[in-house]
Amino acid sequence: MSSRGVILGRVRRAIADVRQDDTPYGQAIDRSYLREHGARSVAETVDLLAENLADYRAVVHRTTDDELSELLMRLLAERGTRTVLVPPELPSHWLKAVDATRVHDRAQSTPAELDRVDSVVTACAVAIAETGTIVLDGGPDQGRRRVTLVPDHHICVVHVPDQVVSSVPQALERLDPTRPLTWISGPSATSDIELDRVEGVHGPRTLEVVLVSGQPRAEATS
Amino acid sequence: MSGTFVGMPAFPEAAHEAVHNATLRGNLRHATHTIRAKRAKAVAEVSDWAALREAGKQIKDHTLRHLDRYLVQLEESVTTAGGTVHWAADADEANRIVADLVKATGETEVVKVKSMATQEIGLNEALLEEGIHAYETDLAELIVQLGKDRPSHILVPAIHRNRGEIRDIFAREMSEWGRPAPEGLTDTPAELAEAARLHLREKFLRAKVGISGANFMVAETGTLVVVESEGNGRMCLTLPETLISVVGIEKIVPTWQDLEVFLQTLPRSSTAERMNPYTSTWTGTTDEDGPQTFHLVLLDNGRTDTLADEVGRQALRCIRCSACLNVCPVYERAGGHAYGSVYPGPIGAILSPQLRGTQSEIDASLPYASSLCGACYEVCPVAIDIPEVLVHLRERVAEGGLTTRDGNKVVLKPAKGHAAERAAMRAARWAFSHPGALRTGQRLASRTRRFHPRTLPGPGRAWSASRDLPAMPAEPFRDWWQRTQGGRKADSK
Repeated sequence: MSSRGVILGRVRRAIADVRQDDTPYGQAIDRSYLREHGARSVAETVDLLAENLADYRAVVHRTTDDELSELLMRLLAERGTRTVLVPPELPSHWLKAVDATRVHDRAQSTPAELDRVDSVVTACAVAIAETGTIVLDGGPDQGRRRVTLVPDHHICVVHVPDQVVSSVPQALERLDPTRPLTWISGPSATSDIELDRVEGVHGPRTLEVVLVSGQPRAEATS
Repeated sequence: MSGTFVGMPAFPEAAHEAVHNATLRGNLRHATHTIRAKRAKAVAEVSDWAALREAGKQIKDHTLRHLDRYLVQLEESVTTAGGTVHWAADADEANRIVADLVKATGETEVVKVKSMATQEIGLNEALLEEGIHAYETDLAELIVQLGKDRPSHILVPAIHRNRGEIRDIFAREMSEWGRPAPEGLTDTPAELAEAARLHLREKFLRAKVGISGANFMVAETGTLVVVESEGNGRMCLTLPETLISVVGIEKIVPTWQDLEVFLQTLPRSSTAERMNPYTSTWTGTTDEDGPQTFHLVLLDNGRTDTLADEVGRQALRCIRCSACLNVCPVYERAGGHAYGSVYPGPIGAILSPQLRGTQSEIDASLPYASSLCGACYEVCPVAIDIPEVLVHLRERVAEGGLTTRDGNKVVLKPAKGHAAERAAMRAARWAFSHPGALRTGQRLASRTRRFHPRTLPGPGRAWSASRDLPAMPAEPFRDWWQRTQGGRKADSK
């Protein structure tokens, strides 16, 4: 018999005593836990996102769509970025003020080539306020998973409040499981030395998150 | 220190050695106390923790009760999404499948994400026998691999090492495996992390085959989930051309929605974070993004035997968070190596003897590696009643009886070394079913109480060395009850 048959046979014998239990999945689980924690206004939810991102050492900036390009230029210039990775459908006006050389996200690029790129700029699929998490789903404004992994500096642009949810349950509702997802909460870190958190291991050591509000404001704050 | 768990002495002997190692005890105390306070804070932030814990338990219980159905559903959805599913009844079969898959790619090295399942089956050693080098990429696993050491914690396998020891291992060993440690490496955690980043970078960039486990598998969609911190997981899951994931059959959840429970409870229980830095989910393969070949190896290796035990099967709910290790007073003092398994601590004490059976000396001793204080049950995010299973397994060791090994019902003989315990229990049973004899015995004991020793003689000496024997009353309770009519009459003799 194949191992598949062996294992399935063992499983069926092992649970023979509870075979009578045919409580359907929908009734077997008590989902009385909360869909989100606490009551907040939309603005407060965005503030909580900013606070929790910063708590895990992401650098948070706030701006408007009009001023985004200027801000990105400044952030890349401050870091001395000469090459910046660009997903295929990143809105073109985002980088219009940026003079760093664009490197396009292509299937044939090798990891070693990506390793020589200074920074990457992407959008995201959704951001979770309660946990300070941004989620990428490989959409055309985010690129392949590896482009936000190999370069040492990642700038992620979040449209607020549209892309912000309060909680993990709300985020899962918005996401498509068939897409490859990357959930990011702060820069790469480890707790492996004496169970204490240290930032900066294999992923980007600097994560900057730009919260862009839809309505243009007179002055961008950062 | 050897890198294998084979031929481990029983827990009391191994622990006896460990508690005399002052460095080890200091390291463990520091690390477990740090994380304890943080976890309590992270859990307190979530007002519905009890409801999440209950839901997590129910999801896992439901899945286990219908595991055959969900396994078949998972196989279908992974296959539809472009993956290939393999079934491995035991460690040898899983190792053979993985070795053959790697050999078919023509590669002789693989990068690995930390995975309990591959540790459990000894995959690295098995691959090495086939001429394939497996590089561990999790920082703690790297420390263990470079130090030719054994893991001692589920989440942080090098928890027994302090920063100074880690520095020494890196400075001494890194050059043997690839890029040497930087000159003048100090013991600050940030520098040590940087050294690991540089050392592993070249391995990630050239890797063609990645090997992982998974924290969850979603039956409905065929999605696998890996929860991690460092980004080494993302490296192994996205850069190689071929990805092989070895996952225990109990890691299934029915639906995508179920993740909303565990992605809240797991990070807070394990690293005491609101969310871990990186979580990757993938469903089969994605064109032009990540590995184009994906193999899933479903591992039994004692899990179905555990499932057959009505009390013990709850251990299969475990999501490997390691909160129970961090609160355990026994683990804190004895350390992880004494448990003789990749699964140490309270969860290891109930998982190892079930996955491996209770025949070996170490596995027969593990159910006793506990004071039954219950702190592990308190913190468990899927409410595994570890003390209940410990007591159940003690009974199996002492009394023997019906159990399941490799899918077959077998009757275990009572273990050697519990003869005195069994004799005492038999005597108690006889006395309690003979009231006359009990009464005579109690009266005799009360009247001779001045002559009772403070410690037990013979085999009982070790037990009473650290415990007070119960004080004998001047008069047996039943005599007092009769004499005073249950306390209604004045209590005077």
